[in-house]
Amino acid sequence: MSHDQDSHHEHKLSFIQKYIFSVDHKVIGIQYGITALVFLFIGFVLMMLMRWQLAYPDQPMPILGSLFPNGMPEGLMSPDFYNELGAMHGTIMIFLGVVPLGVGAFGNYLVPLQVGAPDMAFPKMNAASYWTYFVGGVVMFASFFLAEGGAAQSGWTSYPPLSVLAGEGQTFWLVGMIFLITSSLLGSVNIVVTIIQLRAPGLSFFKLPFHVWAQFVTSFLLLLAFPPLEAAGVLQLMDRVAGTSFFMPSGLVMGETVLDIAGGGNVVLYQHLFWFLAHPEVYVLILPAIGLITEIIATNTRKPLYGYKTIIYAAIFLGFMSFLVWAHHMFMTGMGTVMSDFFQVTTMIISVPSVVILTVLIITLWGSSIRFTLPMHFALAFLPMFAIGGLTGLPLGLTASDIYLHDTYYVIGHFHYVVAPGTLFALFAAVYHWYPKATGRKMSSFWGKMHFWGSFISINFVFFPMLLQGISHLNRRMYNFPLTGEGTTLWDIYPHAASIQDLNVIISIAAWVLGAFQLIFIVNFFLSMKFGKKAGDNPWEATTLEWATPTPPPHGNFLTEPSVYRGPYEYSVPGEEQDFSPQHIPPKPA
Amino acid sequence: MDESKFDPGYGIGLLPNWSDHGAAIDQLIMILHIFMVVLFVAWGIFLAYCLIRFRQRPGHKASYQSATSKLPKYAEVAVVLFETFLLVGLSFPIWSRYRLQKPDPEKALNIRVVAQAFQWNIHYPGEDGKFGPTRPELVNNAFNPLGVDKKHPDSHDDFWSVGTLYMPKGVPVVADITSKDVIHSFAIPVLRVKQDANPGLVTPVWFTSTQTGKASIICSQLCGVGHSRMSGKVEIMEPADFDKWVAEKKRPFKPKDKKPANAQLNIEKLTKGASS
Repeated sequence: MSHDQDSHHEHKLSFIQKYIFSVDHKVIGIQYGITALVFLFIGFVLMMLMRWQLAYPDQPMPILGSLFPNGMPEGLMSPDFYNELGAMHGTIMIFLGVVPLGVGAFGNYLVPLQVGAPDMAFPKMNAASYWTYFVGGVVMFASFFLAEGGAAQSGWTSYPPLSVLAGEGQTFWLVGMIFLITSSLLGSVNIVVTIIQLRAPGLSFFKLPFHVWAQFVTSFLLLLAFPPLEAAGVLQLMDRVAGTSFFMPSGLVMGETVLDIAGGGNVVLYQHLFWFLAHPEVYVLILPAIGLITEIIATNTRKPLYGYKTIIYAAIFLGFMSFLVWAHHMFMTGMGTVMSDFFQVTTMIISVPSVVILTVLIITLWGSSIRFTLPMHFALAFLPMFAIGGLTGLPLGLTASDIYLHDTYYVIGHFHYVVAPGTLFALFAAVYHWYPKATGRKMSSFWGKMHFWGSFISINFVFFPMLLQGISHLNRRMYNFPLTGEGTTLWDIYPHAASIQDLNVIISIAAWVLGAFQLIFIVNFFLSMKFGKKAGDNPWEATTLEWATPTPPPHGNFLTEPSVYRGPYEYSVPGEEQDFSPQHIPPKPA
Repeated sequence: MDESKFDPGYGIGLLPNWSDHGAAIDQLIMILHIFMVVLFVAWGIFLAYCLIRFRQRPGHKASYQSATSKLPKYAEVAVVLFETFLLVGLSFPIWSRYRLQKPDPEKALNIRVVAQAFQWNIHYPGEDGKFGPTRPELVNNAFNPLGVDKKHPDSHDDFWSVGTLYMPKGVPVVADITSKDVIHSFAIPVLRVKQDANPGLVTPVWFTSTQTGKASIICSQLCGVGHSRMSGKVEIMEPADFDKWVAEKKRPFKPKDKKPANAQLNIEKLTKGASS
């Protein structure tokens, strides 16, 4: 490869070429990572505002309330603003936070290193992917300030007709989504090609670290599932701006006005297109996370992974099945029994590979020697948290129990257990684990553990009560729960609101405490660049190829092209001097 | 009304069930949660045991050999069998009853539920059992929220109720759910009923209450600014009382419907780019 040759000569690059419009996959990975962390924080702040309204409905918010004169006149949150926060919290967290961190940052940074490549297959396309994402993010976020009537407020799902009739923010949302989808497509093509084409000599598919496999499957999901949503987004945009009626049925009456639309569209069609992406999207969130903690668990148990091929097949099967479960989000739309039965069967089937993956990870602990490093704390916490998330999916995946639990806080508790203490904990583990490779220094272990215990305890006080609220049928997406209406009593309007109100206060306080603990992470992240303990090239004594590079890896990554002689998890091999045998070092001749 | 019926009581905390099909749903939810707790606790104990027994310490070395126990395989097979039982034994039958076994319309109370931002309109067909046709341009929020064509012969004895669904105890109610504007979701938690109200589509649901009383109808699908206050009531009466209520309702329509003066203002607030 021609790129390989010139990468060994360091060009003189200007600051802008080197750090801003770089084509180096590591710089792009870090750009993705930092942008995604910023968006995660923004998404978190939106949620903290919402939690004020839920804990102390109709009371003015101190200090922060005055920052949003339109959304919160005199510190009182308006219902539109609450809906904006809700829609944008979901959108930002998923599309601008977690996926860019898991796929954009770690996929970009680690995949070429772990396959022993000098860079991504298409470095310029990689840069284009980041900048498209960046523009999409800016468009999304700017809608709070630039769009007439504020940001999108029809939920992160944006179901028409509500979204088609909504204010200008929805147009920003759709345009932003089109950018984000394009970025995802560019990124995922790159990862697929890199894994297929650029593996180091000797690195066969079944010698790849599981993280690479996870990114491989994830990229296929992005590649195949996003186009239907892009189509749905364009159709919805046309319904809004060009007067088409793809999703708008005839005879709609707003108030007393018959809407002047062509009609003939179907409102449920959009939901099918949306969930055709949005269910695989769940696995786009979770698979890279599982891949990352698999690396961390293998390194810190000093033992080969139990069932390496099993977990790979499970991930492939999971990816395949994820295309066949989407309508379990739509059991209450009134679909036919044949269809709902099909989708509840596939939903039960997809739980099997998830159980297999968790089993592989936990059985790996058996007979190991567990080092409780900082990243390992987060990786181990992922296991029970993801288990709660998975188990609570069961009553939602069965149509009969879903009748009662659908659209309640049970759903919110369920998917947050999967994504927040699940996926995000895995991503924090990964930040702590690979930080020394990217910077040459370790993050502070003491402050990292403070961050861990504070987050682990408070996050459970956020999401576990939501499951209880869901069981007592507290509906989601409620701006408030009318406790005293005019001429009505509490019991008539929302009979169970009184007893869930105290739980809302607990949840909100826990959420703010959780937010405070993230400040520790932010400070630790920046200060450790300068003051962290110096780390060598392989501080965790790991086996995979990224640890065979200089630290931080130069442009072009490896000093000489590595050759691979063994599987990814050769730890505690009998007869070897060290308890880890790196992939690029040949076994001693017997 | 007996307020204690609404005490959720955490633990399992389900709302009371007044419907004749809901007990099976509650039972399924109970079984699932017992299963989840047992599995999670057993699994958690195993995890904790591993973390303690296999912690790194002087003199302890990791083994290169993987665990050989067949236990994980058996556990996975057990989970698969249990899920099959959940599907075939519990979920399929409950759902079939909920969605396929429609009560005989002759022996049921047939109603239409038409959602709009942000209220529930309940359309009763009257004695002839036939719903008068509706037309969007006839909608008048004050006098004819459903847009019923009053000239049609089927409409002569139709009546409707805004916000409250009146129904008799012990008689199946078949409700055709639809919406005038955006998607809403018709949920009566104590009757274990939930169905999206999709504009342009009509979806029937049915339910029978075993008790009298008042409960909430809650909109379960985000429908805009007023979503959280879009609640209605369901009032379940003894059949005799229900008949009395129907008799009271059966009045001829007023000949002239007048538009309230402020109606135009509301439209402008609610609609965007629509001509009247």
